[in-house]
Amino acid sequence: MDLTESPAEQAFRAEARAWLEANVPRPALPSGDTREGFAAHLDWERALFEARWSVVSWPQRYGGRDASLWEWLIFEEEYYRAGAPQRVTQNGIFLLAPSLFEFGTAEQQDRILPKMAAGEELWAQGWSEPAAGSDLAGITSRAERDEAAGGWRLYGQKTWTTRGAFCTHLFGLFRTDPEAERHRGLTYFLVDLRSPGVEVRGFERLDGDEGFADVFFDGAFVPERDVLGEVNRGWPVAMATTGSERGLTLRSPSRFVTAANRLVELARSGTLDGDLQDRVVQSWIEARAYHLFTLEQVTGIVTGESPGARSSLNKLYWSELDVRLHETAMELLGADAEADGPWSRGFEFSLAGPIYAGTNEIQRNIVAERLLGLPRA
Amino acid sequence: MRFAVAEDAAALRDAAEALLAARATPALIRSAWPGAHPGMRDVRDVWRGLAGIGVTGALVAEADGGLGLDENALPPVLSRIGHSGLPVPAGETVAVAAPLLAAAGHPALPDVLSGAALVTAQLSTPAAAGVLVPFGQTADYVLLRADDGELRVYERGELEAAPVAAVDGSRRLARLLARPAGGVPVAAPADAAAGWERGVLAAAAILVGLAERMLAMTVDYVAGRRQFGVPVGSFQAVKHRLADAYLAVEFARPAVLAAGWAQASAAADAAEQTSVAKVLASDAATTVAKAAIQCHGAIGYTTEYDLHLFAKRAWALAPSWGSAGWHRRRLAASLCLPNDGA
Repeated sequence: MDLTESPAEQAFRAEARAWLEANVPRPALPSGDTREGFAAHLDWERALFEARWSVVSWPQRYGGRDASLWEWLIFEEEYYRAGAPQRVTQNGIFLLAPSLFEFGTAEQQDRILPKMAAGEELWAQGWSEPAAGSDLAGITSRAERDEAAGGWRLYGQKTWTTRGAFCTHLFGLFRTDPEAERHRGLTYFLVDLRSPGVEVRGFERLDGDEGFADVFFDGAFVPERDVLGEVNRGWPVAMATTGSERGLTLRSPSRFVTAANRLVELARSGTLDGDLQDRVVQSWIEARAYHLFTLEQVTGIVTGESPGARSSLNKLYWSELDVRLHETAMELLGADAEADGPWSRGFEFSLAGPIYAGTNEIQRNIVAERLLGLPRA
Repeated sequence: MRFAVAEDAAALRDAAEALLAARATPALIRSAWPGAHPGMRDVRDVWRGLAGIGVTGALVAEADGGLGLDENALPPVLSRIGHSGLPVPAGETVAVAAPLLAAAGHPALPDVLSGAALVTAQLSTPAAAGVLVPFGQTADYVLLRADDGELRVYERGELEAAPVAAVDGSRRLARLLARPAGGVPVAAPADAAAGWERGVLAAAAILVGLAERMLAMTVDYVAGRRQFGVPVGSFQAVKHRLADAYLAVEFARPAVLAAGWAQASAAADAAEQTSVAKVLASDAATTVAKAAIQCHGAIGYTTEYDLHLFAKRAWALAPSWGSAGWHRRRLAASLCLPNDGA
């Protein structure tokens, strides 16, 4: 056990902190899940990229710093500590990119990653469909071969696509072999949303932001080079992406440690009965527990272990601690809780956590079957 | 940064685990319950075996006959002892008393290191009439706290105490009948605090081991028990209950390791980290105990089945060395939270 930072890590932290303190926009930007807020966030993303802070763990040739996983965690800590804006590029950088590094060709990586890092191309995730949410392998959107054009034509509908109305690209699963067993006939496509035959219609989430979209495909063309992995072998690629979404890369511990510290600050400003004090402390404890869990996990990853199904443990823990933390904040605010503000918005958004990235009911099945070894129904 | 059990601590853990797997059976735990035979004799044999591989002297300097390890070594080995259910004051002897006796040059140290003598401790409240002492009927020495915070060690026979029937019979409780006289001082109030923190850490580690044991028993049971023609473990209601139990254990375990590191490196937030560990471990163990009994169904509510041996230990240890609520209040104070209810 050694939970101290090396001199190099300390220097990395100091550099990140100094840059963020000088550059984080004040006052805070409007929500990135609205049209005007999204544009402001893109300016921020470009500032991050120019200073080489947008993708610290990536290779330098793509705009990164070759940072270790430990340094990435340090950057995340500093990022949240500084109160920096949400990352509207997160679905590309944190979800698609790890799968591109693992399954993509060199050509795909060289072509896609630099523009992703620079915020020039913005990626949305295309998993859910009106009739396929938790049951992802039940999707019916399909891709048909177009030999003459050298690629595929997409048909069908994706929905609840986060920031879909503001993004330029979408990664998603489409059925390419309707005869195959349902997990085996799927292909992972990288789609330009500006192509003819794509229609995107934004709609409001529960919190009132236009953060969702329906994406309709009616013969949109995708060239052969935009298949990630192999044709009809999209499922394992998608599972790698969802592993990133459930686990460490999307939801680093600092997000919750920072929120818990803010909750403690909020609690200090008033009086507390014993029960509420207990809940504030419990949220602070849980944020810390998630942090310590990830330190052990990162040690495993850097020594060659794969988190695998254990990313479902991350997802259950961070999403449910986030709900409890915000419920406690609402209680602390009392009558003020109904006013629109960071806490009420945070509360509403926390309720999405147990749904997106695979509902927590599905995560509990995964934990029980794949980690505890209980029999499938 | 490296969040992983070091080689020396892992070696001690693995040696203890192998010995316990072979010898610390549920029948052995039952033999330490009141009225059972041969009482503590065979339990003490196993304890001498653990002493033989160095467990008792984990925190004692090599010059004094110990292994010379630090608090990083406590969570791995004590969680295995917790997992085994061995009914001894393991945390009290290994984590609290042995290093204090060594520092004080107490003549009982050789017997403690050899496993011949067990030391129990009750440091949560100052020793006075009415205070309950775990293993107060069976331990050879008793470590108690005076009103001024000084720690004194007593031979069991020096204390006026009466046996008390306990939920976990193997804990062999005794109630002090009078404020103790005599004893030998082993820690001034300033040094006593570190001993207390180590006791909290030890209890947290043992609770994690108990939780792991109960969860493993339950997973085995529900995979084999069939109702409606299928294993009950294939039902989502059972799966989700056990997934929650596992989640509690998997987030408590790293927190306990981190508390060991914080104590060993005298981190500024060592006490906070220790409280975090105890809250998570106490809550995990009681959560798992409840889920385990429920998912077993009626067999889990019997004494013929072994589950109760571990559940009752968890119920005893969860409130000891500061309950989850006590440690949350300690954290509330260190976080400077107001409280109009106190």
